[in-house]
Amino acid sequence: MGIKFALSIVLGLALAVIVGVKLLGLQYVFGVVVPYSAFAIFLVGFIIRIIDWARSPVPFRIPTTAGQMYTSLSWIKPSKFDNPYNKLGVVVRMALEILVFRSLFRNTKMQLREGGKLTYHWEKWLWLAALAFHYSFLVIFLRHLRFFTDPVPGIIQWLERADSFFEMGLPGILLSDFVLVAAATYLFIRRVVIPQVKYVSLPADYFALFLILAIAITGMLMRYVWRVDIISIKQLTMGLATFHPTVPSGLGILFFMHLFFVSTLFAYFPFSKLMHMGGIFLSPTRNLPNNSRMVRHINPWDYPVKVHTYEDYENEFREKMVEAGIPVEKPLEGMEEEKAE
Amino acid sequence: MASVPKPNELLKSINHTPPETWWMDKPVEFRPGTFCNASRPQYLEIVGLPFAREWRVTDDDWKLPPNWKEIYINGIKERLERFRTFKVFMDICVRCGACADKCHFFIGSGDPKNMPVLRAELLRSIYRRYFTTSGKLLGRTAGARDLTEETFKELWYYFFQCTECRRCSLFCPYGIDTAEITIIGRELLNLLGCNIDWIMGPVSNCYRTGNHLGIQPHAFRDMIEFFCDEIEGVTGIRPEPSFNRKGAEILFVTPSGDVFADPGTYTCMGYLMLFHELGLDYTWSTYASEGGNFGFFTSHEMAKRLHYKIYAEAERLGVKFIIGGECGHMWRLIHQYLATFWTPPKNLEVPVSPITGTRFEHAKSTKMIHIVEFTADLIRHGKLKLDPSRNDNLVVTFHDSCNVARGMGMFEEPRYIIKNVCNNFYEMPPETIREQTFCCGSGSGLNTDEYMEMRMRGGFPRANAVRYVHEKHGVNMLACICAIDRAVLPPLMNYWVPGVQVTGVHELVGNALIMTGEKKRTTNLRGEPLPGMEEETDEDL
Repeated sequence: MGIKFALSIVLGLALAVIVGVKLLGLQYVFGVVVPYSAFAIFLVGFIIRIIDWARSPVPFRIPTTAGQMYTSLSWIKPSKFDNPYNKLGVVVRMALEILVFRSLFRNTKMQLREGGKLTYHWEKWLWLAALAFHYSFLVIFLRHLRFFTDPVPGIIQWLERADSFFEMGLPGILLSDFVLVAAATYLFIRRVVIPQVKYVSLPADYFALFLILAIAITGMLMRYVWRVDIISIKQLTMGLATFHPTVPSGLGILFFMHLFFVSTLFAYFPFSKLMHMGGIFLSPTRNLPNNSRMVRHINPWDYPVKVHTYEDYENEFREKMVEAGIPVEKPLEGMEEEKAE
Repeated sequence: MASVPKPNELLKSINHTPPETWWMDKPVEFRPGTFCNASRPQYLEIVGLPFAREWRVTDDDWKLPPNWKEIYINGIKERLERFRTFKVFMDICVRCGACADKCHFFIGSGDPKNMPVLRAELLRSIYRRYFTTSGKLLGRTAGARDLTEETFKELWYYFFQCTECRRCSLFCPYGIDTAEITIIGRELLNLLGCNIDWIMGPVSNCYRTGNHLGIQPHAFRDMIEFFCDEIEGVTGIRPEPSFNRKGAEILFVTPSGDVFADPGTYTCMGYLMLFHELGLDYTWSTYASEGGNFGFFTSHEMAKRLHYKIYAEAERLGVKFIIGGECGHMWRLIHQYLATFWTPPKNLEVPVSPITGTRFEHAKSTKMIHIVEFTADLIRHGKLKLDPSRNDNLVVTFHDSCNVARGMGMFEEPRYIIKNVCNNFYEMPPETIREQTFCCGSGSGLNTDEYMEMRMRGGFPRANAVRYVHEKHGVNMLACICAIDRAVLPPLMNYWVPGVQVTGVHELVGNALIMTGEKKRTTNLRGEPLPGMEEETDEDL
C-alpha cells in the first residue's frame, strides 16, 4: 500500500525545490536554513529518541539464545557469540549483528511442495542486498565529508580512491553510487514482488526507499551527466560547516534538489523506522548475556504481589495431608488433644 | 468440538499468498477450531483478576466495561514505560519480512496476520494511533488505526494464535521478539478480563492447589505411589519417595503433566527410578507441585505470583538446592525470570551434585538446575549403569522445545543423554532443530481440544520434519523435554505421521538404567516387551 503516495511525496519535494529556488528565489532558505534546521532536528530528535528508549528499563534478562549455552559441564562447548554468557561475548554478538547482520544471515525460504512437503532453501539475497545497501551508503556518507573539511583528511581521500577502484574514464566511476542504487532498487522490487512483503508494507517503507534513491540519482546526475560547479558547492558546504553560511551563485537546481532530499532524510530520520540504526543497540534480546542463573538480574519496578502461601495451602488441605501421611506444620486440632491425653 | 479437516484437506486449504483486501480492511473471522473458548468468570475471581463475567467469543457483545478503551490505552502506556523491549519493538520494525515464513502458524494456516511482522503490526497500528504524532495526524497512511471492538477482537484472536516460541526473533535483524509482544498483548487483554478458559483454569488451580491440574496433596502422593507400584512391577524395586520432607538436600519440582497423563507419566517414573538408584536425598512437594506456569501466558504479574511457591517451599523445607524436571516454558521462566521475580532464599547453596561433586556454577544465583544437566553430568562421570539395547526397538529423534532452545540454549545435554541410552538416534533437518526448532503448535496455553485444527496447522512444520526422518530412517519415537510437548505431540503425530510415538528423555533413561538388585526386565515402562523379550512376556501373560 502507498507506493503512489510515497512517490508523489518525493516528487512533491522536488517540485518544492523548483518553485522555491527557481520561482521564488529562496536560495538562502534551501541552501542554508533548511540544511541547518534538518540537521538540528536530526541531532536533537535522534538523541531524544535514544534517551526515551533508554528511560524504559529492562525488567528481565531475556536474550534470544541462538546456540549452546555455557554451563558448568565443561565438556560441552558453548556457543560463545550466538549465546554469549559474558560481556565480551555480548560485544562480539552485537558487533556481528551490526556489522554483518548475523541474524539476517540465517534467513531461509520456506516452500510448501506438492504432496504437502515443506522444504527450506538458501535465501541470502536479502542479507546481501541489505549489506550492500548499508555499506555503500556508509561509504558515500564518509566520502561526502570532503565537502565539509579543508584540507580533506587522508582517510577520506583514500576511501574515495578505493571507491573509484574501477577507474573507467573521466569522471572516475564510484562503485558505491551504483551499488547503492542497485541495492535500493532490489529492496524496492522485492517489496513489490514478494506478496507477503507487499502486504505488510506501509507508505513509510516505500518513502524511505524512494527518498534515498532520489538522493542517489540526483547525486549521480551531478557527477556523471550534468557536471556542476564543484567549487561553488564546496564554498556553500564549507560555509555551513564553519558556521559562516554563504550561498554562492552558479549552483544548479539539481544541487538544491540533492541537498533538499538529504535534508528531508535527516529531518525525517528520528521519527521513522530508520531509527532501527539506534534501536539495534538497545535490543534486549541481543545485547544481554545469557547468564540469568549465574548473575541475578534485578527488576527496577518490581512490586509486591498477592500470593497463596504455604500456610493458606495447608489450612485448606491439612486434614487430607495428615490422612495421606504428608507432614504438616500445624497438627490437626483433634490430634493435639490426643497427644495431651 | 469443531471437526478437524483431514490432513490432505487441511494441506489444500493452505495458501500463503495474501488476499487482495488490505489487512486493515479485513475483519477477524471466528471460525470454530481456530480459537479457544473464553474463560469462565470463577477462574478470574479465584485469582482476583478484573472484569470476571460470562462471555462467549462468538458473541457480538463481549461485555467490555464502558471505559475499556481508556484502560487499554493506559495499559499500553504503562507497559511502554516498563519494558524497553516493548517500546523499541513498537518503533524499529522495517517490515523486511524475514520473519514471515518462520512462523509455524503462518506456514500451517497461510493467514497473513500470522506472519510475525503483521501480528505485531496489529498492535503497532494502535500504538501509532495513540502514541505517535504521525499516527495521530495521518492515520492509515502512517499505518495507524483506531482501537475499536473489532480491532480488539482481532488482537485477541491473533495473540492467542502465537505460542511465544521466539522462532521469528531468531531471524529478526533487530531481535524483535514476537513472544514479548504477545506476552504484553495478552497482558492488555487480561486488563479487560479477556483470557481463554484453558489458561485461566490451570492458573486458578495452580494458585490454590499448587499445580495446574488441581491435584490435591493426597491425590498427588497417590499418583506418585502408583508410579512406584508400576516401577516395582517392571524392575522388582520400589522407590520410596518422600513428600514435603524437611531437611532433604534437594527439592524436586516438575510440571504436573508428568504426574497426570501418559506419556509424561513414564518420564516421571524415569525420574523416580534415577533418584532411587542414586539414593538421592530429595523430596517432592505437594505445594510446589508444578514447575510450569500458565500465569506466564496471562501476565508477568501472574507468572510471578504462581512461581512464588518454588522458593517459598525450598526455604520452608530447608533444602540446599532445587532440581527441575523436563519442561519447556517452565525452564524459560526458571532460567530467565525466577531469580528476578523472587529473591533466592538464604538456605539455598550453589548446586553440587552429591554423586559426582560437580559444582553447577552456572546456576550459582538461581540455585536450580535442570534434571537433564544433572543426568548428563552423571553419565559423563560414569555413575550410571546403562543398557541402551533395551531401547533398541526405538529409532529416536529429538524435538528441541522452543523455550529451552531459544530462551536458554540447552542443546547438547539432552542429545548426550539420548545417545547414551539409545542406540538408534537420528537428527531432523538442521532448519528444524536446535535454535531453529519448530514449535509443537500448542504451546503457551493453547493445547485445548476446541483449538485442534489450529494446533494441527501450527504443528505441521514440526510434524513434516518428523515425517522426513520417519520415512528416511524409520524413526518411530520422538523424544522431547517438555510436558506440553508430551501432551500435544501424540495427537499431532497421529494426525500427520502415524506410527511415531512420543517420549520424555527420562523415560528412555528409566528403561536403560540398570538398577542395583533389579529383576530381569522383560518389559519397558509402558508394559511393552523389551527387544528380544517378546516370547518371555507372552509366557508371563
